[in-house]
Amino acid sequence: MATSVERTVGAADPMVPVPYVVERFIRETQDTFSLELEPFDPTGELRFLPGQFNMLYVFGVGEVPISISGDAAEPRKLIHTTREVGVVTRTMRSLKPGHTIGVRGPFGTSWPMDEAKGHDVILVAGGIGLAPLRPALYWILRNRDDYGKVVLLYGTRSPEDILYSKELAKWRSQFDLEVYITVDRATTEWRGNVGVVTKLIGRAPFDPSDTVAMVCGPEIMMRFAVEELARRGVSTSDIYVSMERNMKCGIGLCGHCQLRGEFVCKDGPVYRFDVIEPLFLEREL
Amino acid sequence: MTDLYPIIRSQEFFKEFSEEDVHEVVGCATNIVLHQGQYVFREGEPADHFYLIRHGRVSLELFAPGRGAVVVETVEEGEPLGWSWLIPPYKWHFAARCDTLLRAIALDGQCLRRKCEENPRLGYHLMRRMAEMMESRLQASILRMLDLYGDKR
Repeated sequence: MATSVERTVGAADPMVPVPYVVERFIRETQDTFSLELEPFDPTGELRFLPGQFNMLYVFGVGEVPISISGDAAEPRKLIHTTREVGVVTRTMRSLKPGHTIGVRGPFGTSWPMDEAKGHDVILVAGGIGLAPLRPALYWILRNRDDYGKVVLLYGTRSPEDILYSKELAKWRSQFDLEVYITVDRATTEWRGNVGVVTKLIGRAPFDPSDTVAMVCGPEIMMRFAVEELARRGVSTSDIYVSMERNMKCGIGLCGHCQLRGEFVCKDGPVYRFDVIEPLFLEREL
Repeated sequence: MTDLYPIIRSQEFFKEFSEEDVHEVVGCATNIVLHQGQYVFREGEPADHFYLIRHGRVSLELFAPGRGAVVVETVEEGEPLGWSWLIPPYKWHFAARCDTLLRAIALDGQCLRRKCEENPRLGYHLMRRMAEMMESRLQASILRMLDLYGDKR
């Protein structure tokens, strides 16, 4: 059914950051935030495909790869959601509207939006893995008639760690989208599921023989999610995962993100699982 | 009295059981309905049943002094609930509270244990299914213990 992942690369010199201005800072959870960016150039725009990432450059501090989490149909408005994990993202958290940031990209492969046409789609997200999947969901909702049943399964640490909670509430109320959320731990005030996201796969309503799965989250979670999807009968050639590695150049030159013969920044981050499977269980990669 | 055979036969948990073995199980089964907020069982009580949820959701809770009740897992339609009926001292380690209206099959633990002793084939199938459930819960617990969604440390 599914064949390949799509690739696009920005037209300008991929090593030169383009200046963007911070339009909005959105606090998502205690340790995650989103930046909404617009190009300084009033005619500028960045066309991307769901699943691709940009290199964001905090001038004088450093550059980090962050997936695009906004809507591909709005190429002038870039949204990136990230967690504070190091010096660059901590500095990024202090950016305010009007501040400048450099953007290189978009880089990498995308979710298989064309291959999934005509089939059921299941999106499995863990933690901040929901961010790279959100553009795929926007895409599907804009082209809803192109797809069969659409299911979003989302697992995170606690109710307080749920990303995009308002949007999730809206999606849950839609009749053309099934959304299931689970958390690892909760108090009795939480009225939803408690348990790992992989457990939801067994209950989700989709036709395993006619489904494309897109999975994003910590690699161990993805491994178990793939196992569970395969147990339901989804072919590994119809399962796509997004790999996270130490991307630096974004164009497959520097080798920081190399996985044997693969450069995750260029050949990934989105891979068809049967292609990346041999590398999935390798240690020390 | 309603014959529970077709209901139990249709449960995923018993799909690989022979007709004869399912009839044995039916002899230990009762149908229960509980309302939202009611407890199926509480910590420390005798674990004299296990349950197959037909409709609704149950939260497994553990009470932690100073933190109140913490939900450790939710169990839903189609899933079995409880394995303490199988292992001495046959006491519940968690409480199970109904999040919704609950319809379930309650299976008498003592009755099942006796039938398993008498009928090793039934015993083997039942233990195998319970072991699958335990393996799945153990895997889930390990994944949660890793705290995968948190910051990398």
